[in-house]
Amino acid sequence: MTRMVWRRMLSSLFVGACAIAVLVALVPLAFVLFFVLSRGVQALNLDFFTHMPLPVGESGGGMANSIVGTLILTGLAALMAVPVGVMSGVYLSEFPGSRFTSIVRFAADTLNGVPSIVIGVFAYGVAVLPFRQFSALAGGLALGIMMIPIIARTTEELLLLVPGALREGALALGATRARAVFTVIVPAALPGIITGIVLALARVAGETAPLLFTSFNNRFFTTELTQPISSVTVQVFTYAISPYEDWQRQAWAGALVLVTIVFICSLMARLATSRVADMRGR
Amino acid sequence: MTGQIANPSIRLKAPTPTARPTEGAANRERDVKIDVEHLSFFYGAKRALEDISVKIHPNVVTAFIGPSGCGKSTFLRTLNRMNDIIPGARVEGTARIDGNDIYAPGVDVVGLRRRVGMVFQKSNPFPKSIFENVAYGLRINGMAGSKAELAGRVEESLRQAALWDEVKDRLQESALAMSGGQQQRLCIARALAVRPDILLMDEPASALDPIATQRIEELVYDLKKAYTIVIVTHNMQQAARVSDHTAFFWLGRLIEYDRTDKIFTAPAEKLTEDYVTGRFG
Repeated sequence: MTRMVWRRMLSSLFVGACAIAVLVALVPLAFVLFFVLSRGVQALNLDFFTHMPLPVGESGGGMANSIVGTLILTGLAALMAVPVGVMSGVYLSEFPGSRFTSIVRFAADTLNGVPSIVIGVFAYGVAVLPFRQFSALAGGLALGIMMIPIIARTTEELLLLVPGALREGALALGATRARAVFTVIVPAALPGIITGIVLALARVAGETAPLLFTSFNNRFFTTELTQPISSVTVQVFTYAISPYEDWQRQAWAGALVLVTIVFICSLMARLATSRVADMRGR
Repeated sequence: MTGQIANPSIRLKAPTPTARPTEGAANRERDVKIDVEHLSFFYGAKRALEDISVKIHPNVVTAFIGPSGCGKSTFLRTLNRMNDIIPGARVEGTARIDGNDIYAPGVDVVGLRRRVGMVFQKSNPFPKSIFENVAYGLRINGMAGSKAELAGRVEESLRQAALWDEVKDRLQESALAMSGGQQQRLCIARALAVRPDILLMDEPASALDPIATQRIEELVYDLKKAYTIVIVTHNMQQAARVSDHTAFFWLGRLIEYDRTDKIFTAPAEKLTEDYVTGRFG
């Protein structure tokens, strides 16, 4: 009987410990969200999305140029990273046993772990210094390099989940291997791959360090790819470290916009994945 | 260990007196669709099939029976070279279809697989619509010139697989929403769409309920008018019901190959008799 009591106590003890751990993990997230929301909402209005930054001393204004800049930068990054990343993923999953594959996989994992500022330095070296010009292209390159390993590894994992029976079915109908891969296997994994791409986009959209010395910043609205361009993250950074209260408020609003973008992306990815799971489950 | 059948029932060719002496007057050689001689198959160093020789005749159903792991599926998959995709797989001996060695160097494997269709044990519809599943083989082989022709061939195939009436109003729905038996018939329609002349079926009904199984068996019976069918089955009643000829495999060897009624009523080999009467397996 006492043993039973002891067991129950031990069990409750562990359940309690787990609950506390979860709380500890959630508290920082809750605080971040709370502060960003409460401070950001105060400074957020329609002007923030449609107006340009104003000089110090004038209150109001917005981040229209930065928001468009972030969209352009992530778009450029996706343009570079999606084809390379997806094709690498296909290679990794199609030739799983080869030596080169394990090298590529290791390289991708290493690249994934490289601090983003180092990737910024690299992009600075290859795309800024030779032209003596900060540019959107350089910023897109830096973000793209960060996306490639994420997309490649997600694509690989999702392709490996596609049942081998589908490949056999395609081959038995007279499909070549490449045909089977691109008409059956990749389409079967496509919703998942798109989810992976969206998550990678959300991740790089929040990067500041690699943009500081590649796309730099721009007080003006531009869509020139060879010119420095503003981004929400760099603008938030600039405003946040400034001594002016107006600018700090704008920084909070920018932070809220960023968090919202990432949140919406994750949500979309989640919904897409669960729909795929539904389809598979039937 | 015989590799040939002398069956006087249908589609006889001119008599050839030396084919099989024991059959006496009934001894006539019929057309041979698939002619396998001394075929051995290796997974790496492991020999999975040993010296198989067999002649499979057109427009009949040939069943491969035998206990699990006896090599019947492996042998089936050597006939459309599906085993090629297994790393370390190796084939010795010859296998001819319509007289052409399918393992000769330079053989167009893709073309071979189009002519030798295959239905798998577990139905494997693509995660596409019902229509696209059947159209897939036509598209990749460039076999339909126009949209109307494509739609026509899809309908024809679905009718052949006795599925058309059930799906004609929902061709654009996902194939994954169909029942298991319908999915398997869809896979048969998909295989028929590219107009193969041989259909290999690897335990096509083993995952289905008795009603769905019966439909597949009826289908097999109908299809043999137009196709040469080779079916692997675990189920001896099924072999007895649907097949004209039966080959009994055991431990990677072909033990006996004869008319199905003979295999089940008067097998020549003791091993066959023990298996078909349920003494082992």
